[in-house]
Amino acid sequence: MASHYEAPIREPLVIGDKSYHDVSVDVAAPIEGKANKQWWMVFGIALSAFIWGIGCISYTIGTGIGVWGLNKTINWAWDITNFVWWVGIGHAGTLISAVLLLFRQKWRMGINRSAEAMTIFAVVQAGTFPIIHMGRPWLAYWVLPIPNQFGSLWVNFNSPLLWDVFAISTYLSVSLVFWWTGLLPDFAMIRDRATKPFQKKIYSLLSFGWTGRAKDWQRFEEVSLVLAGLATPLVLSVHTIVSFDFATSVVPGWHSTIFPPYFVAGAIFSGFAMVQTLLITMRKVSNLENYITIVHIENMNKVILLTGGIVTVAYLTEYFIGWYSGISYENYTYLSFGAATGPYAWAFWALIICNLIVPLSLWSKKLRVNIVWTFFVSIVINIGMWFERFDIIVIDLSKDRLTSTWTMFQPTFVDIGIFIGTIGFFFVLFLLYARTFPVIAQAEVKSILKSSGDNFKKHRDFGGKYPIETPTSVKTVVQETTEVVSDSPEEKASKTTSLIDSLGSFDASTDTADDLKLISGVGPILEKTLNTIGIYKFEQVSKMTDKEYSLLDSIMGSFQGRAKRDNWAEQAKNLINK
Amino acid sequence: MSSKVIQAMYNDDDVLMSAVKETRAAHHHIEEVYTPFPVHGLDKAMGLAPTRLAITAFIYGLLGLSFAIWMMNFMMIEDWPQNIGGKPNVTYFKNMPAFVPIMFELTVFFAAHLMVITFYMRSKIWPFKEAENPDPRTTDDMFLMEVSVDGNEQELTSFLKGTGAVEIKITEKH
Repeated sequence: MASHYEAPIREPLVIGDKSYHDVSVDVAAPIEGKANKQWWMVFGIALSAFIWGIGCISYTIGTGIGVWGLNKTINWAWDITNFVWWVGIGHAGTLISAVLLLFRQKWRMGINRSAEAMTIFAVVQAGTFPIIHMGRPWLAYWVLPIPNQFGSLWVNFNSPLLWDVFAISTYLSVSLVFWWTGLLPDFAMIRDRATKPFQKKIYSLLSFGWTGRAKDWQRFEEVSLVLAGLATPLVLSVHTIVSFDFATSVVPGWHSTIFPPYFVAGAIFSGFAMVQTLLITMRKVSNLENYITIVHIENMNKVILLTGGIVTVAYLTEYFIGWYSGISYENYTYLSFGAATGPYAWAFWALIICNLIVPLSLWSKKLRVNIVWTFFVSIVINIGMWFERFDIIVIDLSKDRLTSTWTMFQPTFVDIGIFIGTIGFFFVLFLLYARTFPVIAQAEVKSILKSSGDNFKKHRDFGGKYPIETPTSVKTVVQETTEVVSDSPEEKASKTTSLIDSLGSFDASTDTADDLKLISGVGPILEKTLNTIGIYKFEQVSKMTDKEYSLLDSIMGSFQGRAKRDNWAEQAKNLINK
Repeated sequence: MSSKVIQAMYNDDDVLMSAVKETRAAHHHIEEVYTPFPVHGLDKAMGLAPTRLAITAFIYGLLGLSFAIWMMNFMMIEDWPQNIGGKPNVTYFKNMPAFVPIMFELTVFFAAHLMVITFYMRSKIWPFKEAENPDPRTTDDMFLMEVSVDGNEQELTSFLKGTGAVEIKITEKH
């Protein structure tokens, strides 16, 4: 038999007294329930922002890129800033679902579904910017290597911009199938629970007819593992290639060999911040505090600390190398004395404060497990990482090699509108997702429930005597426990007979067993224990009085006092009458 | 052979595992096991052959890599060589550093997508496919073992009850 042992020192990942069925119920609840007022309010705001963004994009396409604040010196600004920002945010989802899978980190299971959803929605936003920046987005297919009317003048495979096309589209599509494959068993669970015909039809379609055969599961696990192995280098390659857009150029500040690792670390840094922002809200709104626990939040904060540390080292290196090179142009790069004191000093210091200084507070355990503070820090990092890309692009371009062209960048309402529009679109997608998708990978959570569930862990840690009764007199408990230990098999057998005598016996040939798990407080293990005693039916349970409760307690040894506390007899009576 | 099967339901994965082992030891034929989540070691206990999907992924990856090399060689070297930024496209090997990103991306693209498609085809899952789990509870918290019946219904029923089954049903094989 498989061992479910996990060291007691590891904190539980699922808290509350959960059985497999409870997990299904909790995950299905937001889908089966109705949206509350707050949801509609937030959805309304997001939708209006999205519509405003569509308006600004239409204006851009109708009139031309001239409606943005770009000028002859600063020819990339908010568009590429937003593009890199969104792609970076996407990275955390893949890191959680793929890299943490390879490292066998069980805590990924509570958050991987939503983090991956975030990845996909963020990459969709990112993809918008290069396409509208083309000016004639209906010709976007020209980036594909297909025969064309120019005598097959092919796309330029030497260009990092084309590498981007391949990297982002591979990333989006692979993330999507990874996400969807993981969703199949969970959609199937929703499908089999659904009572409304329309709902059943939709979830049958979405679940692709997932059946859950042993062979399917074997393949499912293998596919997940291989996809994780493929997605891990893929996610590293994506931001590496995004950084090539800058690193292969000759612009001072962009032409930097540390960009690839530094961009990847920065991407994970900002992505985890966004996961924190979303999940801290979602666990509250969808009542998932038992699955997305403080342990998950603290672990994510640790990843933020690590990647934030890498980013800090990269900043210091850039600053040092810029100064050490002795080249005057380098004194105006985004991390230099010139930038810190020049006209863009506010952007420079926004970057330093948001990305370097504020996250340092997470070194304190007290703040790391403080949900309000974590939420605040996650917002600050999101802002800081936007400024990092703004600084790299705009500050570096604003002071190029020709002093006569030095200038500043002024965004127009269209620049701002499109950015707000993508934020709106992102939240529209995420809010719809939160109400229609199983937001926790429930099949995976069930597979770790016995090793990492709070109740199962405690049951093991207390030698199979959980929950411990919290009685008025401690003495009786001690007596009871010693009594149980000293019970000889004969005594137990006689107790069982007297219990069954008073409750009535179960005849397998004439009676059918009831699902005792319907009694709140009875899980699969407890039901099995009851069955071994000879209790199968609600009718038997309903006859229990104080005498039978204490008999039951002394036979079972574990689950002391639970039957009485949860008033099983009353529950069973209600279930019979149903 | 009879087309009847006996379906035994379990409510715990560990009970199911020991039941599968006992059933195999007693030389009864397990047709299928349906579980709500991956039960580790179940495939080994049932005697299922290991899956070869990882091998197919490797082959698909090689295919993607070859396709990328063929495509870029044809487009950049043979069909229309260009001198871009003073970097002429002369031979594939000399230009390869610039082609590495796309060689990598297409390897991953082919390996991931073709493997997933193979998985869907082999496990018969696709849009509009009807689910075939015999009891809706097997996606929630129940584990179902299907054992083929060969004129020994009575014996099997009592045997399976002994393995800890909570529900037993005899039905025609679908």
